[in-house]
Amino acid sequence: MNRTNWRKLKDKYMYLILVGTALSILSILTGIICFVLYSGWSALSWDFIFEPPRDNMTSGGIWSPLVGTFQLIVVSIIAVIPVGVLTGLYFSEYAGKGLFPKILRLAVRSLSGVPSVVFGLFGLSLFVIFLGFGSCLFSAGLTLACLTLPLVVTASEQAFRAVPKDYRDASYALGATKLQTLVKVVFPSAASTIITGIILSIGRVAGETAPIIFTGAAFYTSKTGGLFNEVMALPYHIYILATAGTNIEQTRPIQYGAVAVLLALVLGISSVGVWMRVRMKRR
Amino acid sequence: MIDSRNFSFANSGDKIASMVVHGVSALGLIVMVFILWFLFAEGIPVLKSVTIGDIFRSSDWYPAEEPPALGMFAIISGTLIVTLLSSLIALPVSYLFAIFTAEIAPSWLRNILKPMLELLGFLPSIVLGFLGMVVVAPWMQGSFEILTGLNLLNASIFLGIMILPIVGSLVEEALSSIPEELRYASFALGATKWETISKVVFPAALPGILSASLLGIMRSMGETMVVLMVAGGAAIIPDSIFDPIRPLTSTIAAEMGETPVGSAHYHALFFAGLLLFLITLALNMLSAWIESKGKIAQQ
Repeated sequence: MNRTNWRKLKDKYMYLILVGTALSILSILTGIICFVLYSGWSALSWDFIFEPPRDNMTSGGIWSPLVGTFQLIVVSIIAVIPVGVLTGLYFSEYAGKGLFPKILRLAVRSLSGVPSVVFGLFGLSLFVIFLGFGSCLFSAGLTLACLTLPLVVTASEQAFRAVPKDYRDASYALGATKLQTLVKVVFPSAASTIITGIILSIGRVAGETAPIIFTGAAFYTSKTGGLFNEVMALPYHIYILATAGTNIEQTRPIQYGAVAVLLALVLGISSVGVWMRVRMKRR
Repeated sequence: MIDSRNFSFANSGDKIASMVVHGVSALGLIVMVFILWFLFAEGIPVLKSVTIGDIFRSSDWYPAEEPPALGMFAIISGTLIVTLLSSLIALPVSYLFAIFTAEIAPSWLRNILKPMLELLGFLPSIVLGFLGMVVVAPWMQGSFEILTGLNLLNASIFLGIMILPIVGSLVEEALSSIPEELRYASFALGATKWETISKVVFPAALPGILSASLLGIMRSMGETMVVLMVAGGAAIIPDSIFDPIRPLTSTIAAEMGETPVGSAHYHALFFAGLLLFLITLALNMLSAWIESKGKIAQQ
């Protein structure tokens, strides 16, 4: 066989390998999702969602962990929005070439790589012990807020940077101050991108387990509501049911149901964010 | 008069806003400093109970005994081995997937695959850990006739599945950012598609690919729930890929709840966190450095 034919043959083989890899990965990943949703389907009912766990968590539903997960989302998002958005604003509008912006950028980048369980250790020592909040919703929510901070900062900075300079110039030309320009011109046109970033970080918060294990997640609690009480959370509830519950084999349907709900919740929220991002990029 | 007063009022608003933005944005830095501070302040005191040599050389991890044995050699190697194996599984596959998405797939398919990959990056690790434990472990145990299905290989596979979409997305971005002209030039010289990809596009995107790979390795190393549920949890140095292991992350997650605050065991777990933090930080900084070098080279 001459050299040209061999090159063309190799090209064909590599094409097949690439297509094959792509197909198998896609089928594995979608297979995982479909398998979970399918296996959880039989356990799902309105009662399953709206009933708290009963009889040592061997029957009943997932209402209290579900509520706990929503509470964690609310606390962490309320904490992370002002800090994340203003830091993004700082990078885009205020940061010069000095030392402080450099260090701050380094810190945010480092935060994005800190392992989630290390955030757990940090939350334990700062919020639970040092500030004395104890193991509770508030501590766990703040820990999760720190975890998502880099995500919100990056999204906000990109959003502010995407606002054309002409808008700002036009506003200054009308005699507006920097604050007025930011509040009335820059912020409104950046808002939708920022919201996308926030939705994506909600998706991240909803699925996290490691940071809340020792900062506020409860094995079981009958109370819901208090900011300074421990909360049940859906991911941790799944972990408990699968590893430490009573009658692990017997409660498999409940476990699959809980996993399916968590997966639908996280992928549902994240897909809204991803979809919004795609739509904005195309414009 | 009124005008000038208004003006100064508006100006002071500007100043206050600037101060607020500066102050609030410093919080990110403060969080980082606190993380470092607490890891050192709670981790270093373990050296009062054991020597640094014992921690790194001994594999005896019996933290509850008196005096406690706090050798982390097996745990640290567990982390390194599971990170290595999962990267070996996931990185090549994610490169191939990214090449397919960026170079081969028609644009309508790319517009579906890219968001899909991004979305799969949000798969909660607890879901993957659960599947590894409940579905794959019993199957593995039965079909390979091994002691336990909760082992190094199983954990590596699921860590691999977790980092695949993350690395794939980033590599795809690196490949797409290479200008079309380079490809046209290569085709004009008579190169085939694969030759263009492997000899022109891939080398040109190498900084981005390297930095993406490092981020993937970092993620895999810091992941907790998958290894906690799937790796088996034995603090031994594995002889084969079917042996259970116990990495740093799952040791912290499994034991922190049961240890009294301030005990040697407590400090040892913070020390483990410190090690984990320093290694992942180094990977992250290396990745950022390569990224910035690549950007400069492209300009």
